[in-house]
Amino acid sequence: MITASGLWKRFDGVEVLRGLDVDIVPGRVTAIVGPNGAGKTTFIKSILGLTRPDQGVLLFDGAPITDCVAYRRRIGYMPQIARFPENLTGLELLAFLRELRHSDVSDERLIDELDLRDELPKKLRVMSGGTRQKVNAVAAFLFAPELLILDEPTSGLDPVAAGILKRRMHAERLDGRTVILTSHVLSEVEELADDVVFLCDGRVRFAGALDSLKHETGQLTLERSLATLMTREAAA
Amino acid sequence: MMKIAMYQARDVARSRWIAAYALFFFASAEALIRFNGGDARAVLSLSSIVLYLVPLVTVVFGTVYVYGSREFTELLLAQPVSRRSLFGGLYVGLTAPLTAALVAGLALPFVLHGVHGQTAMLAALIGAGVALTMTFTAIAFCIAMWCDDRLRGLALAIAVWMVAAILYDGVILTIVAAFADYPVERSILVLTLANPIDLARVSLLLQLDISALMGYTGAVFQQFLGSAIGTAVAAAALALWIAAPVSIGLRAFRRRDF
Repeated sequence: MITASGLWKRFDGVEVLRGLDVDIVPGRVTAIVGPNGAGKTTFIKSILGLTRPDQGVLLFDGAPITDCVAYRRRIGYMPQIARFPENLTGLELLAFLRELRHSDVSDERLIDELDLRDELPKKLRVMSGGTRQKVNAVAAFLFAPELLILDEPTSGLDPVAAGILKRRMHAERLDGRTVILTSHVLSEVEELADDVVFLCDGRVRFAGALDSLKHETGQLTLERSLATLMTREAAA
Repeated sequence: MMKIAMYQARDVARSRWIAAYALFFFASAEALIRFNGGDARAVLSLSSIVLYLVPLVTVVFGTVYVYGSREFTELLLAQPVSRRSLFGGLYVGLTAPLTAALVAGLALPFVLHGVHGQTAMLAALIGAGVALTMTFTAIAFCIAMWCDDRLRGLALAIAVWMVAAILYDGVILTIVAAFADYPVERSILVLTLANPIDLARVSLLLQLDISALMGYTGAVFQQFLGSAIGTAVAAAALALWIAAPVSIGLRAFRRRDF
């Protein structure tokens, strides 16, 4: 669904992406993992067109995304930090996004699952951080997009809500949607992901199925597999 | 673009600061009408308030607001909208409530008291205030695009206001005093065109026919250009002072990495 080849990005002299090659397969959950500053968010923002790579090509379904707008109708994005216009209500926010997307689709299952019906008429200013994060999740899933991009989706959510969101992600995958997520919670990645892209210093250190990562490193858990990869890297 | 502007304006308009801003102008105008019956002096006093306060509030409020909505702007950019229409929507959505608050606050007391004697003058004052609002919110966008650090951006916003509203006049007066023996009027004219607040003041004073009473630059304008041409030149320069920061801000917004 998304093919990145040779992505380079430099911010103020720091090379954040250094020749990234990634292929995101449709219909699967791909987790992007890696230490802080590895380039995860920059890669995600490049897919969304928020950040423009200095070099390299990004294809969405085979078409380059450069300065193209329409492909974003097919993407639902849940940013890491949920900050919205404070004086709008949750309902107004969702209506705003709906009008921007010209969308008639309304998948409100997550609203009920997260028990948000009574919260949405309130202003976003008075909502707690956790509730805003739930609204953030709802906004990404609402228009039933083909591709979901979730940046640290469960951070800031209580365990119950995080569990609900994970079940929703799993259900979306069963419906044939593609999910890209970043996470520092490796148990969560193990639970959800089919494929893993391990980024380090702006390069891909591993890309492939979760099982083959474990097989390759001879480890049983993702955490240990990644540790093995990093030790190997250091030794080489 | 208009949808973005509508929702953005709804958010801004519900801010308590906007209400306070409108209320302040309302109270000032109301007080001045009560004290001296809303004659030319009332409008003149109001114009001093408008010329200093509108640039300060719009550039500071604008900068704070643009920084505050950065994360949401990222979410909007991830939707199928072009950066051009997003920028236009955000700019209009920020400027419109500020303008509405200013116009309502200034005009309402005059309407309520049925004071019509100074309608042309009041209209000119409101026009100048609106132009300054449009200029300084655009400058706020430029600052927020250019400067990643909120605190530095805010300091820069206040510095811009200090220079335009206070320091600039001092510099002009110094030049005039230092070169008292030379014909510097034309240079002063050019210097006036280079500062939107001075421009707004001059275009107001040209309406009053008392330009010699307030400020050196006003007198120079009156003398060299006369009221009609002077007003046209000042209006054109003000329009340029809106268009330039808007297009610079748009350019920065389109090129920026979020």
